Amino acid sequence: MDILSEDDLKAAIAGADAPLRIIGGGTRAIGNPVEGTPLSVAGLTGVTLYEPGALTLVVRAGTPLSEIDALLEAEGQRLAFEPMDHRGLLGTAGEPTIGGVVAANISGPRRVQAGACRDFLLGVRFVDGAGRVLKNGGRVMKNVTGYDLVKLMAGSWGTLGVLSEVALKVLPKAEAALVLLIEGLDDRAAVAALSASLGSPFDVTGAAHAARGPDGGPLTMIRLEGFADSVAYRAGKLRESLAGDIRIETDPARAAALWRWLRDVEAFHRRAGDVWRISLKPSDAPEAAARLRAAFDADLIYDWGGGLVWALVPAGSDLRPVLAGLPGHARIERAAQATRAALGAFPSEGPALDRITAALRAKFDPRGILNPGLMAPKPVE
Amino acid sequence: MEMPVPDPAILSRKREIVQRLRAILPADAVIDDETETRVYECDALTAYRCPPLAVVLPTTTAEVAALLKTCHDLAVPVVPRGAGTSLAGGALPTADSVILGVARLNAVLETDYANRFIRVQSGRTNLSVTGAVEADGFFYAPDPSSQLACAIAGNVAMNSGGAHCLKYGVTTNNLLGVTLVTMQGEVVEIGGAHLDAAGLDLLGLVCGSEGQLGVVTEATLRILRSPEGARPVLIGFDSNEAAGECVSDIIRSGILPVAIEFMDRPCIRATENFVHAGYPNVEALLIIEVEGSEAEIAWQLDKIVTIAKAHDPVEIRESGSPEESAKIWAGRKAAFGAMGQINDYMCLDGTIPVSQLPHVLARIRDLSAQYGLDVGNVFHAGDGNMHPLILYDANRPGDLEKCEAMGADILRLCVEVGGCLTGEHGVGVEKRDLMYSQYSADDIDVQMAVKDVFDPAWLLNPAKVFPLDATASRRMARAYAAPDMRI
Repeated sequence: MDILSEDDLKAAIAGADAPLRIIGGGTRAIGNPVEGTPLSVAGLTGVTLYEPGALTLVVRAGTPLSEIDALLEAEGQRLAFEPMDHRGLLGTAGEPTIGGVVAANISGPRRVQAGACRDFLLGVRFVDGAGRVLKNGGRVMKNVTGYDLVKLMAGSWGTLGVLSEVALKVLPKAEAALVLLIEGLDDRAAVAALSASLGSPFDVTGAAHAARGPDGGPLTMIRLEGFADSVAYRAGKLRESLAGDIRIETDPARAAALWRWLRDVEAFHRRAGDVWRISLKPSDAPEAAARLRAAFDADLIYDWGGGLVWALVPAGSDLRPVLAGLPGHARIERAAQATRAALGAFPSEGPALDRITAALRAKFDPRGILNPGLMAPKPVE
Repeated sequence: MEMPVPDPAILSRKREIVQRLRAILPADAVIDDETETRVYECDALTAYRCPPLAVVLPTTTAEVAALLKTCHDLAVPVVPRGAGTSLAGGALPTADSVILGVARLNAVLETDYANRFIRVQSGRTNLSVTGAVEADGFFYAPDPSSQLACAIAGNVAMNSGGAHCLKYGVTTNNLLGVTLVTMQGEVVEIGGAHLDAAGLDLLGLVCGSEGQLGVVTEATLRILRSPEGARPVLIGFDSNEAAGECVSDIIRSGILPVAIEFMDRPCIRATENFVHAGYPNVEALLIIEVEGSEAEIAWQLDKIVTIAKAHDPVEIRESGSPEESAKIWAGRKAAFGAMGQINDYMCLDGTIPVSQLPHVLARIRDLSAQYGLDVGNVFHAGDGNMHPLILYDANRPGDLEKCEAMGADILRLCVEVGGCLTGEHGVGVEKRDLMYSQYSADDIDVQMAVKDVFDPAWLLNPAKVFPLDATASRRMARAYAAPDMRI
């Protein structure tokens, strides 16, 4: 059945008598494998409201991200959380949808400064597992009316409800952007430089390091965005405050390509092995890296000043025991179904939070039909 | 405003309940003397008062866990209280409830500049969080007007905002982790110094849940490096429409001011009489602050002034010095106090789409004439978060009811034009019974189902947020679910 309206979606879920596998653009095959009848919301498209002067966009969940980007671009605006495109990394095809971005809380390098997808999500409409059409939040910037289910829905991967419409805060595009590039730093020096930049008053909007950059050697990248004069001024100040040999890339196309390379983890495209996504305290990143290299000869990329580590490791590796004791969490972003099923794509959060999570899911989806098991931690044996 | 009838079974067992609390807490941490509990009879929504059964002032997470477990076992409702500055009655007690005050939980636990966070106990005041890091050039961004007094616990419970959230976001955007104690007395850690949830975003769910899902005893907060400088410009207009359009044009231009504050004529007049800030005699006034280096500030202000000039401003006053900046902010910061000098007031908190500003202000003026109550408007215009202040006389019979009715009309208007009932103060008791104007019964039911998960017996702050009729069956059920009380 084609889902072309919220009513269609409601009918499909209310009438389902078996588990459903929820699909937006189908480009993010992440999580534990789900057995279920495919339910695509890709037909649920269209812009409900766009008020550039209020920085507000309301769109149906199946709307392709490319359409939204074009719409915003025409008004000199953008989605500031810079959602990653997973197609290259996961080898998927299709058109990413805004509903998928929100359901997976997909953010990019600018997350460290501007916030995550969930921070820009103003409101949601969705159908829960009982087939009820529900809304939470709204379309205004500040809203504390009732519980914040908007945050809960972002990153719930279709396991609490299926999004039909989302309201987002958008921001003006920066007039100019440039990148400070430092070559040859080791992990500790790189994370220290990123921390110093993010702790400066110069409003850094990207802070990343790759042990093997696009040219093969270690590359540290620090991004500044804004009005041209301001960016030039801050670049000068930041270069003064950081020691070492710093090159400034001002060509817009080359700067954009570098951040796309980072955002989409292009370094791991078409390379054998599993990809993990690790969130941790930035200063713990070098220790995590050392352990992962020793255990798996991992290739690593740091984003968010070290707070996000992408690891390419041999297929079937389990990183969690190696990272034990470092606060944070590790998710399998790319691996064979068997590996994801065996290790659990999402980590356990401990008995108390796992129990609360399961109980919440039972309230939103009492029949357990929405992407069942997708986020379930591996049962403790 | 109606509150549930206190449970006589609890009232009659006050002595036993207090004894049980004394058994697990230090002697001075339990208050049951009726003259002393009166201090806790209300928060900043002073129109409603009720002394609690008892007050507990724990100093550790372990004490909070022990006392919540005890209250859970005794089926005694608990009302968490930060600093008692809620404008929505979030900390209003019922006679059968124990107030859990976090004021003694006020330590800084960890400061980490390399990773840009601070971990504090939740009773610490908002301003003192910044105070702990400002000497090193950092600050905590959310800045509610009550920041000198209000506690982080209350900020988290209400997802508080402030004047500077246009650029930096509200509490939920600056909160990295919490230590939460559930009503059953279980201590859970949610989030931490790392970003993003491992699974469901429970941190986002807890923030803004008005103390109904658990008691936050510690919080990990994002701190930011202070900007090099900041400076405001004051712009006066002879119509609300012109001011509203100016706000929209500034936002579209790509400049992101840290604050865009709006005051209307009644408010300007009141503050002038009160603090003599030298504000122009205009219909509407904007205070717009930008940050950066001296050159960046000058450049941004220049661009803002150029935009403003297209809207026929009556007056433009750019700050050239810290003294001038302070003078521009003086009236805005004193606005609530100035209105309070005139009469009692009720402060509303609805948010509207910025484009609806002139329309809503005109409608508020009509309502003011209809009800015969004066209204001043002072608010965060950049994000549409309005604060109409309705003046009334608490000593005149019927005035409070009239004020409440007018407030409800204004809030329904906010919802009608695409906004919401509360932008940063929270629902509390104040807007509880208006929830149906924004949400359907199902929308409310799914929120209550969340509370069912965290607090199945509905003991934490039970008579808040949701319409009383919606929560009645759940609140009643607890009387039968309390083994210790059925002796």
